[in-house]
Amino acid sequence: MSLSSDETILSTPLDVERIRQDFPILATHVNGKPLVYLDNAATSQTPKQVVQAIADYYNTSNSNVHRGVHRLSQVATDQYEMARKKVARFLGAPLVCEVIFTSGTTEGINLIAQTYGRQHVGKGDEILVTHMEHHSNIVPWQMLCEEKGATLKVVPVDEKGDIIFEEYEKLLSPRTKLVAAVHVSNALGTVNPVKQMIEAAHAMNIPVLLDGAQSTPHMPINIKDLDVDFFVCSGHKMYGPTGIGVLYGKGKYLEAMPPYKGGGDMILSVSFEKTVFNSLPYKFEAGTPHIEGTIALGATVDYLNAVGMVAIARHEQMLMNYGEEALQAVDGLRFIGQAREKAGVISFVMEHAHPHDIGQILDEHGVAIRAGHHCAQPIMKHFNVPATARASFAMYNTKEEIDALVNALHAVNKVFA
Amino acid sequence: MSDSRALYEQVILDHNKDPRNFKVLEDADHTIEGFNPLCGDHFTIYLNMDGETITEVAFHGAGCAISKSSASVMTTLLKGKTRKEAEHLFEKFHAMITSSPEVPVDEEGIGKLRVFSGVRDYPVRIKCATLAWHAVISGIEGKDNAITTE
Repeated sequence: MSLSSDETILSTPLDVERIRQDFPILATHVNGKPLVYLDNAATSQTPKQVVQAIADYYNTSNSNVHRGVHRLSQVATDQYEMARKKVARFLGAPLVCEVIFTSGTTEGINLIAQTYGRQHVGKGDEILVTHMEHHSNIVPWQMLCEEKGATLKVVPVDEKGDIIFEEYEKLLSPRTKLVAAVHVSNALGTVNPVKQMIEAAHAMNIPVLLDGAQSTPHMPINIKDLDVDFFVCSGHKMYGPTGIGVLYGKGKYLEAMPPYKGGGDMILSVSFEKTVFNSLPYKFEAGTPHIEGTIALGATVDYLNAVGMVAIARHEQMLMNYGEEALQAVDGLRFIGQAREKAGVISFVMEHAHPHDIGQILDEHGVAIRAGHHCAQPIMKHFNVPATARASFAMYNTKEEIDALVNALHAVNKVFA
Repeated sequence: MSDSRALYEQVILDHNKDPRNFKVLEDADHTIEGFNPLCGDHFTIYLNMDGETITEVAFHGAGCAISKSSASVMTTLLKGKTRKEAEHLFEKFHAMITSSPEVPVDEEGIGKLRVFSGVRDYPVRIKCATLAWHAVISGIEGKDNAITTE
């Protein structure tokens, strides 16, 4: 993309009304009220162009990939591999063959733990995570540490919700075999200083895995520029379908890693004496893949490129600023997580109402938020709350919807305060 | 039905704001922890028994309005009840809140617990309403382990 077109995108605000036309589900009414969908960090909605891509696949191209000599199989394979190219370009991956399709972020992390992790982590070694990880970036490492006699180390977080960078640097040691960190926190919205974190780890030859589940939908991602070693994300949090995700890995690591699952597609030849594994990326894609989901993810990337990730990021930042201002009008409301840089998420508690009850009353007003621990119990404990209420934004949200949230929160206080 | 005023009855709001027997009982005969891992609700139930009879029940912890008020109302009902009576009351309560919202509430023998009938319209909240009960029943049966709703 040339500089001039970048500038065009920067200066053009999103046409949100037009975008909303692409998401028929947003016209839903809940309890007679227009749906206000602010649970995007759990699952974002999917534009009709992506839904159409799924229908088109089944109506015109449904066939198994990498197998048949017949026409449909060739068409399906071409579309499947085209999606890989689109995703690689979208994420700024240096090589297309370094992009592996998974079922989602969780599977991507487990894949790395079970292959790279089991290969490289031994007794006395350490894996470094942050205090704000999602359970999916804690539990696979705990399981690995348990198996290998290794230790899980945790980068502390301050009272605002930022990692304490000096502590991070101190925790990097010759025993550290991997840093596994969240790019954007799903519970707090914190954007971690990942570029500096990666530089510091690389200075000690430690590879870094980024959990990009919450960053990919909200900002332009450039893997090459980040120089990150592993990057994982999920389709359904970036306006795509469920059940599909991406694992990027640097070729030098992926080549040396053992396969994760055995089966068809991941082999070159099989005899009862010896199996020769396939080359990248197929070595890590055993069995018939989620073809429909992959092709739809390619369509999702087309959609996001057409709207522009820079424009999406700017729109959501505007919503976040407006929201944080507007929510201060609600009595007894306290923000959980006020990091220097945030994306997509406002997490809060209320003095008189438990998050579960907040969510219930909001639903009555048609407002969908998440209430709970957000699969991030350690960071909840850090802030000494059992749960929070979380409003999370997407490109199709509006200021008017935030006003509806604020009104509904006043109604919560009417019931409980 | 969607009007949450039917869920948050006045009695529930009152017990949520001003929970009864909300204290730590040091040296209780039975101490049972109850968790709801889905929403993070966490209560400790304290129970003293004299033979078959419950002499004191208290609770402490944090949870939503439904779980907290249910625990509070429960403590007001169980004092002086026998093990059998408590189990029977929980059976009636459980049957009531898991019954279809389409059928009339079976009020027989449930007394004040009727205020929780609105939970029938919100199946995800049944676990909130029964959390403290599961813990207390496990206590009177002599099982002092932590219980979870999952």
